Amino acid sequence: MTRIEINGEVREVDAEPDTPLLWVLRDMLGLTGTKFGCGIAQCGACTVHVAGAPLRSCQLTIEAIGNRPVTTIEAVGATSAGARIQKAWLELDVVQCGYCQSGQIMSAAALLASNPEPDDRAIDAAMAGNICRCGTYVRIREGIKRAAAHG
Amino acid sequence: MADPLVAASRRAVLKGVFVSAFVLGIEFATARVAVAAEQGRGGFPFAPDAFIRLAADGEATLIMPQVEMGQGIYTGLTMLIAEEMDLAMDQISLEAAPASDALYGNPIFKVQATGGSTSMQAWWLPMRQAGASARAMLVAAAARSWKVDPAMLRTEAGEVIHEASGRRAGYGSLAALAALQAVPAEVPLKDPSTFRLIGKSHRRMDTAGKVDGSVRYGIDAMPEGVRFAALAISPVAGGRLISVDEKPARAVAGVEDVLLFDDMIACIASNSWAAMKAIAALEPVWDDGAFAALSTESLRAGLEEAAKGKAVVAKAIGNADAELAKDGTIELAFRFPMLAHAPMEPMNCTVHVRGDECEIWVGTQVMTMTQRAAAEELGIAPERVNVHNHLIGGGFGRRLEVDFVRRAVRVAGRSASPVKIFYSRELDIQSGMYRSIYGTWLSARLENGKPVAWRHRIVGPAIIARWLPPGFDGRIDNDAVDGAAEPPYDFPNFRAEYIRHELPGIPTAFWRGVGPNVNIFSVEVMMDALAEAAGRGPLEFRQDLIRSHPRARQVLDLAARKAGWDTPLPGGGPRRGRGISLQFAFGSYLATIAEVAVDDDGNVAVPRIVTAVDCGVLVNPDQVRSQIEGGVIFGMTAALHSDVTIRAGRVVQSNFHDYRVVRIDEAPQVDVILVESAEKPGGIGEPGTVSVQPAIANAVHAATGQRIVTLPIDRNLLARNRV
Repeated sequence: MTRIEINGEVREVDAEPDTPLLWVLRDMLGLTGTKFGCGIAQCGACTVHVAGAPLRSCQLTIEAIGNRPVTTIEAVGATSAGARIQKAWLELDVVQCGYCQSGQIMSAAALLASNPEPDDRAIDAAMAGNICRCGTYVRIREGIKRAAAHG
Repeated sequence: MADPLVAASRRAVLKGVFVSAFVLGIEFATARVAVAAEQGRGGFPFAPDAFIRLAADGEATLIMPQVEMGQGIYTGLTMLIAEEMDLAMDQISLEAAPASDALYGNPIFKVQATGGSTSMQAWWLPMRQAGASARAMLVAAAARSWKVDPAMLRTEAGEVIHEASGRRAGYGSLAALAALQAVPAEVPLKDPSTFRLIGKSHRRMDTAGKVDGSVRYGIDAMPEGVRFAALAISPVAGGRLISVDEKPARAVAGVEDVLLFDDMIACIASNSWAAMKAIAALEPVWDDGAFAALSTESLRAGLEEAAKGKAVVAKAIGNADAELAKDGTIELAFRFPMLAHAPMEPMNCTVHVRGDECEIWVGTQVMTMTQRAAAEELGIAPERVNVHNHLIGGGFGRRLEVDFVRRAVRVAGRSASPVKIFYSRELDIQSGMYRSIYGTWLSARLENGKPVAWRHRIVGPAIIARWLPPGFDGRIDNDAVDGAAEPPYDFPNFRAEYIRHELPGIPTAFWRGVGPNVNIFSVEVMMDALAEAAGRGPLEFRQDLIRSHPRARQVLDLAARKAGWDTPLPGGGPRRGRGISLQFAFGSYLATIAEVAVDDDGNVAVPRIVTAVDCGVLVNPDQVRSQIEGGVIFGMTAALHSDVTIRAGRVVQSNFHDYRVVRIDEAPQVDVILVESAEKPGGIGEPGTVSVQPAIANAVHAATGQRIVTLPIDRNLLARNRV
């Protein structure tokens, strides 16, 4: 059994230590909001916060997490930055298919938490690891700026 | 022209839409009758047709015949019904339609399919009629209950109102009585000047769950007792499994079974990770079969050989061949690569086979094809297959196919539990279905600076012949020639022709933008070449040739003005240029102006895209804008990066590191200009993808002098001081 703190709750999971957090969340804990996209940390769909830092959960084994608290898309709305990002996303209808948006929102919320007023360059740098095949990038930039303005 | 009822291309669709308006009455009536038999379904007191369910509390549930895969169609179709029914948008919830061609078949395809940018074109009238008809029945119910003339009643936001007496009744309270009213034989639709919803941007109805993680895509389906299956598939199409030692897979903790098939292996486990690890532990020996030596080079050589064959004529005016036999003919040959769709949600399908019945959880663009494919694999009747559709994490044509459904059913057929098969990204890229390679050959001749003859030859597969056999007349794939046969330009001598060429060993499929991707790219780059030969600017050269297409002229002028076509680009630094493209496809007019900057290594940056759109009535304007913004970026990926290549029968690329897609740091500013129009709606999911590719190519020419005739754009051609 491995103990991990997820969304403020300590969970015990019966998983092999090399299991990436992504699959623990999805298959064992029913937290399906975190998405599988590439499996090699190239697309960002599986982004979660570990002690506030945006990490790719497809490459993060549960044994590597230790005591660091994990936040997923299901709970990011409880943070100020996460709530502002979600609100801006709704106001601007950023999403299309939506599949990558959990990861986009997690990356954007982490950006906003560390840089309250990111410019285009900072946004591009922080968000370049998150692929959106529908091409919602124009609105993602706009959404982050709007969320920043609401800060 | 083929029978319009089976026409499935955009070109045919344009005609088909008009046909639909006429056949619609029949189809819609059929749907109504069929549903009337099961009225009250699900406890709804008022269910007048296949689409509308009204509860006694006034809440409406609308059944969506088209799937939502990001294009915003759930909201668009809802607006059509709500407009005519005078429903309040906040009293509506949505459900995906069950499998039924009779009730939910796309009026253009005649099957339950979402693709080809047809949804709004196909349902613009039927959805409005459904709403108007339901409204008329609710009004009739109120009139009967209040003993007043129905003509004295009006409706608004889910209520029937009798002004004279001040009486009002919510739709819910009228539902039971409305169900007893006769379905009106004919019902007038609103005058567009009285629209309250159509034409005003409405927030998407599918976003809440998409920002908090609660939405369920097919991959998130977790039926009780579900097992997870990862696959290994023969890396060469048609290859067979010779042998494999299963032991290393079975040794992985959590693995429950290893199933061998003639062309694949499935490892079934209690979680996805164990299943993936088990697959990775195997060293299967495959017989690669007939296509073991296939390569991109051999595929291209096959296409060149096929191009020497006899073409069938898609459209001819005058005698282009005779004109083009004269001196001074300008010729360009274009080549297009294989492409993968790479939607962010990898292919997946969850299946539970129980005796002679089967339950499926999937996100699909083709409900009934999914149902039939599963039934076929199991040898059971389609009615025994219950398909639950989901919101789709990216389609782009990939989910118009059911290859992965068949695989899932084969695996689940050997398991007592429900099984979720999911593709790794590597499998998605390497065992997919692909946009084919295509070749086009364009010839034209100028006299006094104007084209007197134009010929456009297309060589490529007929996807429609496999995907919708009744849609293929045996000669011309209307999709393959779409964008070639009906250019917006006036040519006195004209010939568009087609040679069908199926690729050996490569399963080919539709891909966002379909035929127009290939043809409009060819036309628009050719137009720039002709303008150059005529000593004219690309804008004025086009303007002169679209005199009979005022809608084309309008978008062209709007885009040029917005982009500052005549203003100089900044000097110094990278080479810069602007390029134009103009198109009529999917029932919509688009003009795009791309601005590019090409550095010394030949890397192309695209700082700005301006697109002007006339897609007829703007049902939900902000979603039209959104589809252009996204479509442009999808097309940019194709123009700049995407190239699936084959070596030893295998796809070389495997994941996003080598199948590169545009990321936010490459994304341009996208300015979209929407034209207000009363014309019937055109499609909007694909036009932006098509439009941006030639605009970028023409901009690259303006910046570098290099005419781009091969995609993706080869930066080696653009590098300075190249060796």
